[in-house]
Amino acid sequence: MDPIAKSLKKRSLSAKIETRGRLLTQICTLLIVLLVLAIFGFIATKGVAVFIQDHGSLWDFFTKTTWSPDQTDLHQRPLIGALPMIVGSFAVTFLAVLLATPFALAAAIFMSEISPQRGNKILQPVIELLVGIPSVVYGFVGLAVIVPAVQKVAGGSGFGILAGTLVLFVMILPTITSMAVDALKAVPRHYREASLALGATRWQTIYKVVLRAAAPGLMTAIIFGMSRAFGEALAVQMVIGNAILMPSNLASPATTLTSVLTMNMGNTVMGTTANNALWTLALLLLLMSLIFNIVIKYLGKRSALR
Amino acid sequence: MTTAIITAQDVHLYYGKKEALKGITMQIKRGEITAMIGPSGCGKSTFLRSLNRMNDLISNVKITGEIDLEGQNIYGSEMDTVQLRKRVGMVFQQPNPFPFSIYENVVYGLRIAGINQRERLDEAVETSLRQAAIWDDVKDKLDQSALALSGGQQQRICIARVLAVQPEVILLDEPTSALDPISATKIENMLLELRQHYTIVIVTHSMHQASRISDQTAFFYQGELIEMDQTKQIFLNPREQKTEDYISGRFG
Repeated sequence: MDPIAKSLKKRSLSAKIETRGRLLTQICTLLIVLLVLAIFGFIATKGVAVFIQDHGSLWDFFTKTTWSPDQTDLHQRPLIGALPMIVGSFAVTFLAVLLATPFALAAAIFMSEISPQRGNKILQPVIELLVGIPSVVYGFVGLAVIVPAVQKVAGGSGFGILAGTLVLFVMILPTITSMAVDALKAVPRHYREASLALGATRWQTIYKVVLRAAAPGLMTAIIFGMSRAFGEALAVQMVIGNAILMPSNLASPATTLTSVLTMNMGNTVMGTTANNALWTLALLLLLMSLIFNIVIKYLGKRSALR
Repeated sequence: MTTAIITAQDVHLYYGKKEALKGITMQIKRGEITAMIGPSGCGKSTFLRSLNRMNDLISNVKITGEIDLEGQNIYGSEMDTVQLRKRVGMVFQQPNPFPFSIYENVVYGLRIAGINQRERLDEAVETSLRQAAIWDDVKDKLDQSALALSGGQQQRICIARVLAVQPEVILLDEPTSALDPISATKIENMLLELRQHYTIVIVTHSMHQASRISDQTAFFYQGELIEMDQTKQIFLNPREQKTEDYISGRFG
């Protein structure tokens, strides 16, 4: 065989490097996927154990209000009424998002539409700083400032949904704001020009065109904030009072799914009903964050289509 | 003789320190199509955008001299840019319909002016879409997104959107340069129809386009207005050497 044909038939060095590189990235990706699947599988099997092994009732879990998994009722079923903490989790999440969204949107509009220069110079660093503060610090401030304030205004101990909401409000504000800014900045400049050229004022342009065009992105920002609030454990746990009771008002001690987990996970023995019940809470948290992610993906796809 | 609707007197425009327009003086006549030609960066688009104060959106822009719309200085302190832009509409180089339905795109200018009666909006939609020669293409899908249309159709929607506001002057910034030749021809024919009712100023890269549709042609070069005259005159018998060089393709 002549040397040219030979060299053409042989795989070149760069082709070999290419194959090796591809293999490496594929293996790494596979490992990550396997890891996630393993975690998911582990939590799922642990999470359903309380229903399968210990004959807990799924209905009781979502509707009853008594949580003491190491005791059983008349039908020999463990008392796993998780409604108080489910209500607590959703209450602090929705209230915090409800409170944070108008502020975040206003700040985002200021930063991207009204005064980008000052926004980038002052607000941007402030927001980045707020994101970087560890949650225990937020909780500590909440404990020292918000709880006494709530106590003064609403009476009682000060611990409760309101205190949790206010701490979460500050924590998710930067998240929603910075994502909303990105969503607004992604609105093409020519939409604004077209609107202004038709004789619209700046404010009409913002609320009739820019906000509308950015709507999917803004929704994503809000859901992202919701997901962050729902999953936050430490800061909320420090100010909510940790009483597994149905909250009677915004200032009465309550609890959330994450708080129950962090408070009790060190005090149960693997394999017992009490421990299995905690895994069920973990599974619920995982499923909720999965739902948030699916919604975010769906919204992202919808905005990409347009 | 037609009268001037826009008069520019010694207009200088600076981007920071850079002088982009070096003393433009010209008259734009009512009911005619005025074409502005010249090589890239010659200031023709900048001048067009100063006619409805779109340059105000760019920071660092300074403008001196005077531009009058029917005798009123548009850079005067009592001039309201919102009112000005309702009287002087603009169509951009890239078709830029809003991500709304075709119907909502066309009535946008009316809605922001506070007009919401269904009959008036319906009427405006049909009239403007007919004027923009796209009514037959879209009359059965007015509630569909304008972004689903082709580029040429989108540009005609953008023109209809401007027509719905019933401006006196329509500025077009290279409206066909992003379009295929067939769409471009449709828009040219439409502009010839519109000439009866509106004053049209068009910036174009295509000298053929300028010669086909315009009554007056202005040749810009390096921020100066070199020559402005009847289109026939400019193309057949230009006074300036630079104009002749440009239209005969010797530079540009």
